[in-house]
Amino acid sequence: MSEGAVHLLQLLASGVVTGGIYSLVALGFVIVYKSTRVINFATGEFMMLGAFFAWTVMVGLKAPFFVAVAAAIFASALLGVLTERLVLRPLLGQRTISIIMVTIGLAAVFRGLAQIAWSGEYRSFPPIFPRAPIELGPIVLPSRQFYPFLIAVAAIAVVGIGFRFTRTGTAMRATADDQAAAFAMGIDIRRVYALSWSLAAMTAAVAGIVVGVLGAISPQLGAIGLRTFPVVILGGLDSIPGALVGGVTIGVLENLAGGYLDPLLDGTSVKEVLPFLVLVIVLMIRPYGLFGTREVERL
Amino acid sequence: MIIGNYKQTYASDEAVFRTPTVRWWMAALGIAVIAFPFVAGDYLLYLANLIGVLALAALGLNVLIGFTGQVSLGHAAFMGVGAYATAILATRLGAPFWISVPAGGLAACGAGMVVGVPSLRIKGLYLAIATVAAQVIFEWVFTNWTPVTGGIRGINVPPARILGVPLADDLRLYFLIQGVVAVHYLLASNLRRSRWGRAFVAVRDRDIAAEIVGVNIFQTKILAFMVSSYYAGVAGGLWVYFMKVVTPENFPLSLSIQYLAIVVVGGLGSIPGTILGTVFMTLVPEWLKLGTGLAGAAWPDAGSYLFPLRDVAFGSLIVVFLIFEPHGLIEMWNRLKRFFALWPFEK
Repeated sequence: MSEGAVHLLQLLASGVVTGGIYSLVALGFVIVYKSTRVINFATGEFMMLGAFFAWTVMVGLKAPFFVAVAAAIFASALLGVLTERLVLRPLLGQRTISIIMVTIGLAAVFRGLAQIAWSGEYRSFPPIFPRAPIELGPIVLPSRQFYPFLIAVAAIAVVGIGFRFTRTGTAMRATADDQAAAFAMGIDIRRVYALSWSLAAMTAAVAGIVVGVLGAISPQLGAIGLRTFPVVILGGLDSIPGALVGGVTIGVLENLAGGYLDPLLDGTSVKEVLPFLVLVIVLMIRPYGLFGTREVERL
Repeated sequence: MIIGNYKQTYASDEAVFRTPTVRWWMAALGIAVIAFPFVAGDYLLYLANLIGVLALAALGLNVLIGFTGQVSLGHAAFMGVGAYATAILATRLGAPFWISVPAGGLAACGAGMVVGVPSLRIKGLYLAIATVAAQVIFEWVFTNWTPVTGGIRGINVPPARILGVPLADDLRLYFLIQGVVAVHYLLASNLRRSRWGRAFVAVRDRDIAAEIVGVNIFQTKILAFMVSSYYAGVAGGLWVYFMKVVTPENFPLSLSIQYLAIVVVGGLGSIPGTILGTVFMTLVPEWLKLGTGLAGAAWPDAGSYLFPLRDVAFGSLIVVFLIFEPHGLIEMWNRLKRFFALWPFEK
């Protein structure tokens, strides 16, 4: 195989890895939006806290990695329920600006508290996975990219299957579809709201741990939440398959731009801004995304 | 004491300041604002100028969010467009500030027009995300379009001059900034009473219903974006003369969020509330600094918690106001006024 083709495959592969992680983060947005019509601007901060919980259990208590992950998921679920109950529920049915601002405010609080609790330093997990890089034919992936990617894929699969086949998942989908009808069929909407928030927080915690294993953990880890907006919009705000397709598309595009365009324009990084250009184009052509539900407005 | 509403002329019905009491209070406020810089120290003067610039941009955002109901998370970017336009005119063409600042406003206005176009098709949360994209893209342009914006190093700007006198210190700038703010304050509060202002409110309350009664939604939304970014642009222009330099880091997403917080805490759709909100949100970090300074005597580490505490205070103020006082500081102020209106004669 020629050198150019290997380069392309390599870029595609790392694009898919990035994309898998974007998909997992996007899933956190989608779960909350689907059932409660709220975009959680604090998703990144939920990730950051999840990563710090796991890090604390692992480093502080010398627990094995999987125990740390389980503990972080449990703590995040609690945090999610508390957030819904104390902050979001009083604002049910308020204007868009209130909903946006309250999650933005929450994000600032989480960031500040994390910095007080864990300081602003960069931390990293102790080595968890075998260090040998993974070779898939001509492509070489570093182990610290490959294993987190597997975790992300597994988490997405668990959430997806849960949504599709369990009783609770069905209740959540019913609520997303038609709240009044779901309520009339005896589904406890308030419970679904609380569940959605805790599920989203759990997903975010796993995503945070994945990002933490890939790079470093700091109170600024949540910044990746912002970079996921193009993914959710491309896929459709209320679509789980959309989060998958959107994540991988944006991840691959970003890596291709980084690999081919950035070397041409010295000093400028198109990689950073490209997803947002895609976002603008998608909003112009197909605002509800590839798989999102088109909203019909009536007076 | 006001015991009724007896207006006999249209003039008295249309008046901005409706009663002699209000006029006296406004006169007192005006004198206080003019006298302030001669009494206050350097740091307070600096804060007053900062509040002036922030308040101007926040007024624009309140026209967009509070009047028209369109959410923007890209307000800092518009301020940046105005700031860069002003800086480029002032350095390359040597334009005086009374040309470069309004030109900055117009440049931002144009940018706002472009960003406002999607608002026809998308609204609510989707529009909010579109404006996040605008913020990111503008910031990227400021950083990477080096021949024009000077890249990361930015542009240094000479002080503004009036009749050859440089406005180099905060004292002289104070009058320029507060004067511009006062004019734009009056414009914004009169806008609400105009045909366009009514159209803004109609679009906010129910855009489809507004269209049915003959409001052109597209024009109205675009105009709201234009007015709002014009305010941000003028604020950006003043910022340039105030800070003497403009760099891409001056206009991050966090500044956009700060403006949103000012509007929410001050009172959505309230012009005086915006001013209250700006003063309050600018002074909170100062109070925290004072508090951690005092705590530092007993607990030497207190200083290092200042920055995270600012985040916590900022976030909790937003959350607490939204849940417990959704109409903002202005509502608290009005309640206070109502209490004293009859005091001490009420039951």
